[in-house]
Formats: sequence, C-alpha cells, structure tokens
Amino acid sequence: MTVYLLRRILQSFMVLVAMSIIVFVGVYAVGDPVEILISPDADQLERERAIRALGLDLPLWEQYLVFVQRALQGDLGRSFVFNEPALQIILQRMPATLELAFGSMFLSILIGLPLGLYAGLKPDSVASKTIMAGSILGFSLPTFWVGLMLIMVFAVQLGWLPSTGRGETATLFGLQWSFLTANGLAHILMPAFNLALFKISLVIRLTRAGVRETMLMDYVKFARAKGLSQNRVIFVHVFKNILIPVVTVVGLELGSTIAFSVVTESVFAWPGMGKLIIDSINVLDRPVIVAYLMIIVLMFIVINLVVDILYSVLDPRVRLEAKA
Amino acid sequence: MKTAIRAAAFATMAFVVPASAQNLTMAVGAPVTSLDPHFHQLSPNNAVAGMVFDRLINTDGQSRMVPGLAESWRAVAPDVWEFRLRRGVRFHNGQEFTAEDVAFTFQRVPNVPNSPSSFAGFVRPIRNVEIVDSHTLRLSTNGPYPLLPQDMTNVYILDRETHQNVTTEQFNSVQAAIGTGPYRVLSHRPGDRIEFERNDQYFGERPAFGRVNYRMITNDSARTAALLAGDVEFIDQVPTADLARLRGDQRVAMSEVTGLRVIYLSLDHMREDATPFVTDNDGRPIARNPLRDVRVRRALSMGIDRQAIVDRVMEGAATPTGQFFPPGIFSYVPDLPAPRFDAEGARRLLAEAGFPNGFRIQLNGPNDRYPNDGRIIQAIGQMWTRIGVRTTVEAQPWTTFVARAGRQEYSAFLIGWGSNPEGSHPLRNLIASFDRERGWGASNRGRYSNPELDRRLDEAMREIDDARRERMLIDAQRLALEDVAIIPLHIQTNVWAMRRHLRHDARADESTRAQDVRPAVQR
Amino acid sequence: MSDVTASGAPVAEPKVETPFRRFVSEFFASKTATLGLVVFTIIALLAILAPWIAPQNPYDLAQLDIMDGRLEPGAVGGSGITHWLGTDDQGRDMLSGIIYGLRISLLVGAGSALIACLVGASLGLLAAYAGGRTDSVIMRVVDLQLSFPTILAALMILAFLGKGILNVVIALVIVEWAYYARTVRGSALVERNKEYIEAARCLALPTRRILFGHLFPNCLPPLIVVGTMQVARAIALEATLSFLGLGVPITEPSLGLLIANGFEYMLSGKYWISFYPGIALLVTIVSINLVGDHLRDVLNPRLKK
Repeated sequence: MTVYLLRRILQSFMVLVAMSIIVFVGVYAVGDPVEILISPDADQLERERAIRALGLDLPLWEQYLVFVQRALQGDLGRSFVFNEPALQIILQRMPATLELAFGSMFLSILIGLPLGLYAGLKPDSVASKTIMAGSILGFSLPTFWVGLMLIMVFAVQLGWLPSTGRGETATLFGLQWSFLTANGLAHILMPAFNLALFKISLVIRLTRAGVRETMLMDYVKFARAKGLSQNRVIFVHVFKNILIPVVTVVGLELGSTIAFSVVTESVFAWPGMGKLIIDSINVLDRPVIVAYLMIIVLMFIVINLVVDILYSVLDPRVRLEAKA
Repeated sequence: MKTAIRAAAFATMAFVVPASAQNLTMAVGAPVTSLDPHFHQLSPNNAVAGMVFDRLINTDGQSRMVPGLAESWRAVAPDVWEFRLRRGVRFHNGQEFTAEDVAFTFQRVPNVPNSPSSFAGFVRPIRNVEIVDSHTLRLSTNGPYPLLPQDMTNVYILDRETHQNVTTEQFNSVQAAIGTGPYRVLSHRPGDRIEFERNDQYFGERPAFGRVNYRMITNDSARTAALLAGDVEFIDQVPTADLARLRGDQRVAMSEVTGLRVIYLSLDHMREDATPFVTDNDGRPIARNPLRDVRVRRALSMGIDRQAIVDRVMEGAATPTGQFFPPGIFSYVPDLPAPRFDAEGARRLLAEAGFPNGFRIQLNGPNDRYPNDGRIIQAIGQMWTRIGVRTTVEAQPWTTFVARAGRQEYSAFLIGWGSNPEGSHPLRNLIASFDRERGWGASNRGRYSNPELDRRLDEAMREIDDARRERMLIDAQRLALEDVAIIPLHIQTNVWAMRRHLRHDARADESTRAQDVRPAVQR
Repeated sequence: MSDVTASGAPVAEPKVETPFRRFVSEFFASKTATLGLVVFTIIALLAILAPWIAPQNPYDLAQLDIMDGRLEPGAVGGSGITHWLGTDDQGRDMLSGIIYGLRISLLVGAGSALIACLVGASLGLLAAYAGGRTDSVIMRVVDLQLSFPTILAALMILAFLGKGILNVVIALVIVEWAYYARTVRGSALVERNKEYIEAARCLALPTRRILFGHLFPNCLPPLIVVGTMQVARAIALEATLSFLGLGVPITEPSLGLLIANGFEYMLSGKYWISFYPGIALLVTIVSINLVGDHLRDVLNPRLKK
C-alpha cells in the first residue's frame, strides 16, 4: 500500500509538471495578456512597461523557470489582474464552489438514487418509463439553457426564488457558507439543481442498470430463494453491488463538477472558482489559470485515489497493487 | 457549535439592513478587478473609483470637464498650468485634502507595482510640480501641452498621509480604499459585490442613497432577469436583445445617451503587395493590395447600410456615423454625415478601381467584446457580397482576435474605440503613423500612415487655444476620414435600465455610479 | 424468432441463429428503441440531404438579408420564401438553419464520440490487461486529461487550430477519450480476474484475441452506456462551446449555436430563434439515447437468459 501511494504521488507530481508546461505554452499560443489588459490608449512606452511589469519580456522558458523556482517555495505567482497571490484569490472563492458542488451532489443522490432504484426494480411500470424519459432529458438539455430557463420561470415569472448571486452567508470554521441561512439556501437551490441535472440522470441510469443486472445474479437469486425479505435483498445484496459504479462515477464527478461549474456559475453569477477561471481565461490571467489548474489537478488526484481505495474496499476482487 | 451557528445567524441578521428607500442594489456587467484607483486603467474600475475618489477635474454626463478637487484651472504660460484647489475637503478618514496630496498622487501613479495598464501616461507630460501654497499648484510641461486638464480627468487623488507605501492589496481589502468621493467602501467581495455607504461630508451634491450594494452579474440575460425579478433595482449594459421587452415593461424605466465608443472597420494599409485575406474571384491572391486604393475603401464604406445595422442588429441602440464623435462633443466634424448607403455607386467605384467583378475578402472580428459584434460583421458580409465583394466572416474570442489583429494578421476587421472627448485622442492613437518614440499610433493596427495628417496633428497638439485647436482637429479628422483611413460604422448608445421608482443621469463615458441614481420624482 | 431472418437471405441454412441475427431481432423487440431508430434515421437523412431539402442555403451570406431578421414563424421574407419557423437575427430561415445545423451537430457529436471511443477503449483495455507500467502511464495521461477543464482545453486547442467544425471534433476527441479509457479499464479490471480470462490465458491464446475476443465484449455494456451519454454530451458540449463563442463558426451555426444565439432574444418574446433548434436538439439526443439504452440491454451478456 505504501509503495502504491508513493508511486501515485510521484506520478501525480509529474502530472502537475506536465500541466503547468501545457498552460504556459497554451496561454502563450492563445494570445498576449498585455494586449488584453492594457488600456487601448496606452502608448508604446506604457505597453513595454506593462510587459516588463508582468515579467512577460523574458523568453517563455525563462518565464517558466521563474515560475518553477517560485512555485517550489509555495508561490504560484500574482494575478495579472488583481495583483494578489493567485493561490489566495482561488482559495477565497473555493468555499462558494465547494458548497455548490456538494449541494449538487447531494441533490443528485437524493433525487437520483431512489428514482433509479425504483426504475430498476419495476422496469416496466409507467412511472419507471417516465423516470427514464426524464433522465434522458436531463442529459439532453444544455446546462446554460436550463439555467436561464430556471431563472425565467422561478425568478422572473413566479418570483419564488432569487435569480442570481450567493445571498447571505454565515461563518462556520472561519469560512462563509450560505447553507446556514434561509436566504443563502434560497440562493443556492437553483444553481445546485442546475449543476445536478446531469448527475441526477447519471445516478438514475447507473442505479437502474446496476439493480437490473444484480437482480439476475445468482447470489441475489439465491438470497431470495433463501427467503430473505425483499428489503434485505435490495438494501444489503443489491445495494452493495450497485454502489461500486455509483461511487466511482459520483466520486469522479465531484472533481469535474468543481471544474465544470463554470457555466452554472456564470449563468447564476455565483462567485466561485468556475466564474473566476472563465474571467481569467478571458483576460489570459496566466498565474490564476495555472494555479487553478494545479488545484484542480491535485483535487482530482486525491479524488481518484480515494475512489480507487473505496473501490478496493467495496470490491475485493480489484487489487490495488499493480502486478508486474 | 449550535450557539456558534446561532451567533452567526444573528450576525448576518444584524448585517442586513431592512430594505427601504435608503438602499440601492445595482448590478453591473463588467467585473471590477481592483479598488486601487491607480492599478488598472479599466472602465469598471474607473467607475467605482469615481464613487470613492475624486479627480482634480471631474466630468459630467457629457464628459465635459467640471470642477472636482480643483475649483479652477488655467494656463498661466503656454507650458504652465495652474490649479486652484478646493478648500475644506476631507478624506473619509478625516485627513484634510491639500496640494501635497496631489503631488504625492503624481508620484505614486507611475510606481504601482505589477500594474497591467497604469495611469502613468497622464502624468508623464508633467515636468515639474510646484506647490505654490496649500491649495495652489503649478504644473509645468515640456512645451505647450493643451491636454493637461483632459489628462487630469483620469487621475484619482489619494492622501499623502494615508496612502504612503500602501499596496494594491490594501485597497482591495477595503482598509486603504479611502478617498474624498461621495461614497466610502464598506466591504468588498472580489468579483461578486462591493458595498458602499454615503459620505455625508462630501463636498459635492449629496447622493440619494445611504447604502449601495454594487453587484457584478456578467451574464447579460441573467442581469436582465435579475432586474425583472426585482433582485436588483438597476442594471447597466442592457443587452440590445432585451431593449424591446424592457421598454414595454411597466415596472421598468430606462436611461440612455449616445456614448463615445465608435465601432469601426480597420483595413490593412501596411502591405503593398498581396494582403492575406483578399483574393480574386478564383481564390488566387491579388498581387497588389486593393485596400490601399482609396476608391476601394470608399466603395466598401458606401456598400454598408449603416442604418440597417443600427435598426436591425443594434435595435436602435446606436447612431450611424462617419466619424469618431457624436454631435455636441468637442471637435465633432459638423459637415461630415454618415456615408450614404449606395450599392450602385460602390459597384461603380470598384469597377473604376479595376475590380468590375469585385474580389473576395475575409472580414474578421471579435464575438464577445462589443454588443452584437459577431452579428454586425455577418451583416456587413451580406452587404459587401451584394456589391460584388464576396465576403466570408470569421469571428473569434477577443483574446485570440486582439493578439492577431495587433500583429497585422488580418486584412479587414471590426473593432471599437472609446474616445476621450478630444479629437486628438482618436487621431493620435488610431490614425497617426505608428511611431514608438512619439507614442503615436499604438492602436493603429491597420498601419495607416499619412505624413500630412501627422504634421497637422502635431501642430494641433501644441495649440493651447481651445477654439483654434478644435478647428485644427476638425480639419485633421476630415482629412483622415475622406481618405477612409478607417470605416466608421456607428456610435453606441449607452443604456441603463432600472425599476420604475428610480431615475438615472446617463453618462457618455459608460460609468455606472450610484451617485447618478435618484428616486424618481413622485407625480 | 428465426422467421425474422428466414425470409431474405439465400443462405443454405437460413435457420442458423448467428449472434448478429439474434441481436437484430432482440433489438427490434422494443418498440421505443425501434421508434428511436426510425426517428434518428429520419434525422440523419434530413441532415445528409440538407442541400436538396432546405428552402435556403443558410450559410450563403448572399442569400440572407438582415432586413428579414427575426421574422415570426409563417412570415414571408423579402426573397419570397415562407419562413415556417421564422428567421434568426441575420434573416436566416430557421427551418433551413435547423436542417443544416443538424448536419453539423451530428457530424460533431457522432464523429467525435466514435473516434474518442475507439481511442479511449483501446487504451483502457490495454491498460487493464497489461497492467504495470503501461497501465500507470496510460492512467496518468487519463488523469491529466480528466483534470483539465474541458472548456480550457477546448479554448487552447481551438486557439492552436482556429475555429471550425473539424477542429471542434478534434477538441472533443481530446477531451473525451479519457472517459472511455477509464470506463473500459474499470470494468476490464474486474473482468480480468474472472475465471474465463484465466482460462483463456491458460490456453495460451494470443493477447489480441484475449483483449478483443474475450475482455472487450464483456466491457461493452458500460462502454455503451458511457458512449450513449458521450454522444449526447458531445453535442451538448459543442453547444456550450458555441455558447462561449469557441465552437463552430457563426456563419455555419450548429444547433447549439442557434440555441445560444436565440437565447438572447428569449426575454423579449422571440422564442422561435432558440426554441425550435432546442426541440430539434432534444429530439435528436433523445432518439440516440433510446437506441443506445436498448442496445445496452441487448448487448449485456449477463442479462441474457
């Protein structure tokens, strides 16, 4: 296990290095940050000053070396736009995104699992078919469109929920959370649901598929034959088996939810990391882009590790130690 | 644990001031990136700086100069400007405003670390600052410099005592965001919202609202929806697509003014031989660049139905133009209307220039920068195709587009320019020959070059007398525009929308500030 | 069951039940899946035959006139065409725009999913079977890929390549293959340790045969679930890319771009610019999903009696 962990950490480090190089080259290829940030009426002198101020006058490889040198000391650079440490800017916005991501995962399991279970156990009922049709819709609708539709209906037409923003927050563990206030909860409901839409469908389908498959397995048949109650069969035998894909996918989706909350956050003006990264890409704020990706990559590595470990706990047939 | 949550809940409740006429919630479409007024020269930042800080010379809704921290100013010699400062003005922390503060500000402006776009250009012409007394300043320049007052409308004044060695971060964390302006900053959540409180000691007109919640909602539809849902009372950058709906809504009022941003086409003047995106009708390069022929440029300009673009694409929120400024602005060219749409004439001119069957061209542009930018270039594509210039259109995100445009990679592209209300501003930046030493033509991406124009501009920029300078600038603009150095399309109208109970004094400079919003007069 | 196949084929023994025939007959046993296939076929035909069906070529700027912009459904434009589904802001006939847009969406969605699946599944299989260094190298690349936000990856790829349909396909393949790789590897890892693979190994069957003959079919069900999702996802992703202004060129809008374009007019009541392309997109994806969903049931060896 230790060897396995060490190897994973080493590999992850290589991933980080590769990512940072890709971002450096990528931003370089996309455009020139100074062209975007500079006031249009700045003269040539001012442009040259800005290029020097942001350290963009050096050759790309030298800029990268400077970055590596500082990164090793825990400094991921200062945002071109905010003139604050990129890491700090991202960490400031992280709670908002985490809250949104967890909120949407919670919703997707809360809604998806029971629906999927039902659809799997009674595949031929009208309700199940409706659920499956609904899940297809969940996949089919573009997030941005649904988000704006939700705003149109629930905020503009009905006036039930606030249209955008994060609302009031309360402090817990020194961070701001909106789920602690009624106003905050009202604000998070629509964006969380919007972000969850895709995953609800995913959970429904995975659960249903798992249930249907497992119900035909010999051990389940055997358990039923033994006369175990339906509930016990479902919640112990079946459930344990379908949890594997659901855990994998939901675990994997946490990372991607955080990374891809970009669209939801910008539709709902949710002040999280996703909106930050889109804004940063729009002005080629390279330090923030790099730092953001570093954090996302780290997050993914951790999530994948946890999923792998959970996987091996849930399904002993999977061995973590890769055989030579 | 429970008590902690309860305490937190109480804290939030105490924080929430009950809604009343005292409060204003507004939403802007562009994020404010810093509260440091000298860090980044960017319109949204400048708008907020305009709430918290003052300039020696402020500007009114029409961008005309009005007294700010300076009560009066005049040229005492061709190269010396004297400013008389307002007395009895205090910063939010009680410090008195004096001439020392201005001198300090001029020192800080060029020395803000890591600034991606500084205000240094506005103080660079100042050779020497002489403090005559606590409230009189003399600024001398290298040679006659008529634009100094104009430059001073861009520099926000800080306090020497308070802001010594203060960093941008300290501004952003509110602590150092202390000015003389009508509002003081209460809190700042970057990229999300800024909360303001009225400065009751303000020397100017007292703002109507005691508390202001200034939110950033960058998505256009979401911003309109927030207004319609009543979550915010005031929005800026109203998308043209929503204009019809909002105008018809009983709960909503609008304010608008013709702005100072001109949308224009820039053409490749640099290459004498083949330009990359122009080919003949069989797709082969044309040996000489047709865009260097003024007849071709004129034909392309005549071939555009500007009124149709304004009516159909911009939903009326723009004015067709043939120059940089709308009427009423200093150095507006009075007898230069928007070119008339004339497809026949355009075809004739093309034939005269040796292209009876036209040619092919690719028109480039951004798709996320100006209102309807991608739609405008498509519409122009349709119009040019009808005069025989078969046009393909390529729209790209601004990040990619502007870098390539700046490297002269395109033959023709759409771009915009927000002017200061002074003819030399667009001329110097867009039309004058690219010249690093002089600092001219920095945004002249088509590399137009006309020595006669450069000479006239140089002359005008040394003329202190406003009336004479205006005439010279008008002549210089006419020269450039008759030569079709660029193809102006329209000037944007700045539109704000608000709930019915509010009223707003629209600003040509696009700034969205709380002090311009008041309760509507009860009828 | 056999009478389905008996009629046509002049084969010596028509009653032999090949796996393919069994598959076909099982597939058509589901009405919804059949409906999905029929609808999808119609959509595909519409897309292929677009130039002969559409009233207007919406990509030819010369045929458009902004004076016809945003006409209501049923209005007659300046060129004499009746716009049954209205026009967009450029005066583009929505019906023609949708038919041509279908073409692009399908090309982008199906094309990218297919290529990504081929690449991803092969690598995933290889990773699971070979294990060791090969596995970790491939999975690290997968991690790299999955940790790269799609939108940023796409922005960069499209910045390197420029806008365009082919470039969008390439970008989608690059951001999506990893999902297939991970899925296939996940299920292959379970399968690998099962007796039948051990048995196949003991028989010293060639690796290729074990991989594609034994391992692969058993990894198919999850792959099809993922694949179905990914086609839908690819189409939606393309729409989102276009929404952000990075996708297909604005002069050749896909369904996604039509929706994104029209959405700005939603609040002002010009619903048709966004609504009809939305419906077209929905029907397309639903029909694909109906087919894929049923395929999954049919192909799952464990569900077979």
